[in-house]
Amino acid sequence: MTAAPALMSFEEALERFDPALGLEVHVELNTASKMFCGCATEFGAPPNTQVCPTCLGLPGAMPVVNGTAVESAIRIGLALNCSIAPWCRFARKNYFYPDMPKNFQTSQYDEPIAFDGWTEVEVDGEVFRIDIERAHMEEDTGKSLHVGTSGRIHGADYSLVDYNRAGIPLIEIVTRPIRGTGDKAPLVAKAYVAHLRELLLGLGVSDVRMEQGSLRCDVNLSLAPSGAGTLGTRTETKNVNSLRSVERAVRYEIGRQAARLVDGERVVQETRHWHEDTGITTAGREKSDAEDYRYFPEPDLVPVAPDEAWVERLRAELPEPLREHRARLQKEWGFSDLEMRDTVGAGALHLVEETIAAGASPAAARKWWLSDLARRANERGVDLADLGVSPTDVARVQQLVDEGKVNDKLARQVFDGVVAGEGTPDEVVASRGLAVVSDEGALSEAVDRAIEGNPDVAAKIRDGKVAAVGALIGAVMKEMRGQADAGRVRELILEKLT
Amino acid sequence: MPEITREEVRHLADLARIDLSDAELDHLAPQLAVILDSIRSISDVAADDIPPTSHPLPLTNVFREDVARPGLTAEEALSGAPQVEDHRFAVPRILGEE
Repeated sequence: MTAAPALMSFEEALERFDPALGLEVHVELNTASKMFCGCATEFGAPPNTQVCPTCLGLPGAMPVVNGTAVESAIRIGLALNCSIAPWCRFARKNYFYPDMPKNFQTSQYDEPIAFDGWTEVEVDGEVFRIDIERAHMEEDTGKSLHVGTSGRIHGADYSLVDYNRAGIPLIEIVTRPIRGTGDKAPLVAKAYVAHLRELLLGLGVSDVRMEQGSLRCDVNLSLAPSGAGTLGTRTETKNVNSLRSVERAVRYEIGRQAARLVDGERVVQETRHWHEDTGITTAGREKSDAEDYRYFPEPDLVPVAPDEAWVERLRAELPEPLREHRARLQKEWGFSDLEMRDTVGAGALHLVEETIAAGASPAAARKWWLSDLARRANERGVDLADLGVSPTDVARVQQLVDEGKVNDKLARQVFDGVVAGEGTPDEVVASRGLAVVSDEGALSEAVDRAIEGNPDVAAKIRDGKVAAVGALIGAVMKEMRGQADAGRVRELILEKLT
Repeated sequence: MPEITREEVRHLADLARIDLSDAELDHLAPQLAVILDSIRSISDVAADDIPPTSHPLPLTNVFREDVARPGLTAEEALSGAPQVEDHRFAVPRILGEE
């Protein structure tokens, strides 16, 4: 183990340096079959059961391009305001690594299918334009499991490889350097990835589940002296696979690089690894030169040449742009600008949208996702979408509240159970016995006991000091262990005393 | 005649995971130079109106329907593997990486 590197405080680093960001996002498409063969793409299938000679790289196997994947790539390019190449080829990227059984990855090199685009993200009301350099088609690699004492590559004795993922269509979306973000750099990075996720969901081209690796992010970061207008040496941090980590990784690299530069050391151009648990990055390999990959046009695949009619048809079929989509939702939902901004900023827009679609009111959907559930996600250090609570669950809990079957307090206990993996809200209500007591007789008796036990409070209420009712409600709720409808309890007390 | 140095050949051999002795490097470097030179002669006849060709067939947009089809079973897929554990390919520790 090497000593942890020195870090400069974020505030000081931003006084001295201007950060430049670059984001490379890999998106797994949700096609039924792989990029170059007909193998299935189910997540979580038993190892090596979705493989064939082509994706295993066996001799003589020939790839054929998945037409739907090309169409998805074009749609992504169009949604990012890219130009679509009228003619482009696949290329072989040659390297040896056990997760790539062919010893090359079929990718695109100097002829990406989509290029020169842009998109916009908003942070705290400020709009940042993100220029897209390219979006190209490639294939995913297999999954390695490192066997050894540490569980990491370091110190692993050997590795076990599952090729189910090898050959799943990937689109790599690369930004140009994003400058001028200043101290908003971590938030802009996070907002961009959240924005892409939303855009891809809207296109319906990917599951974009970061926790399952269907959207993965590499973060490039460099620092230049404040006001110099230059670009410094960058690092590329891999394995940044949650929205929260994107923000943290940018923040960490700013502090680390600033400390080095101030100490007169240079920033090494290298790949770094993000460690979710400790929140730091560590050095990986020094970056290979592109020429070491010995790219050359893939001889087994003919060029892709989308004609104008095809591209224009896909353009015409695109969903409404995100900005308009958001504006429409905001109006429909009656959210204030701030409420909308918070919803988007929390990466909760599609969750709220789906919760409303499942039957909840906009206010209730926002309330649960942005307060109780956001707090839980924050405590656990996961993204909202990865909390284990679905929009349908939230809508169902709200329905239980609306029907008076649980109160807010019990609803939170229902979420405790759902988050703990105890099943659906109804299952949790049943197994934990969480339904409110709707037995009027039992409730009435509890109210009588509370009045007897607190004669002075009861007297105040009889004298017209209705505000004192809270103390009696509290006593009843305590006796009922929270499982009563507080509104009904209040009514009963007032009926009896006034 | 284009130069290709011994060091370049060594680097290429490393990238291709081919272990070459000093004697082999001495032997191969000049041979590669000859091959490069021969290939280069194509440039002499290729005028500007002849685009570089990567595919001999005048075809584009050959696509497959996005339909999943059964491939190999895990047993078949793993049948040629020198070592198998938990239905996965067991591979040696990855050295010099990460």
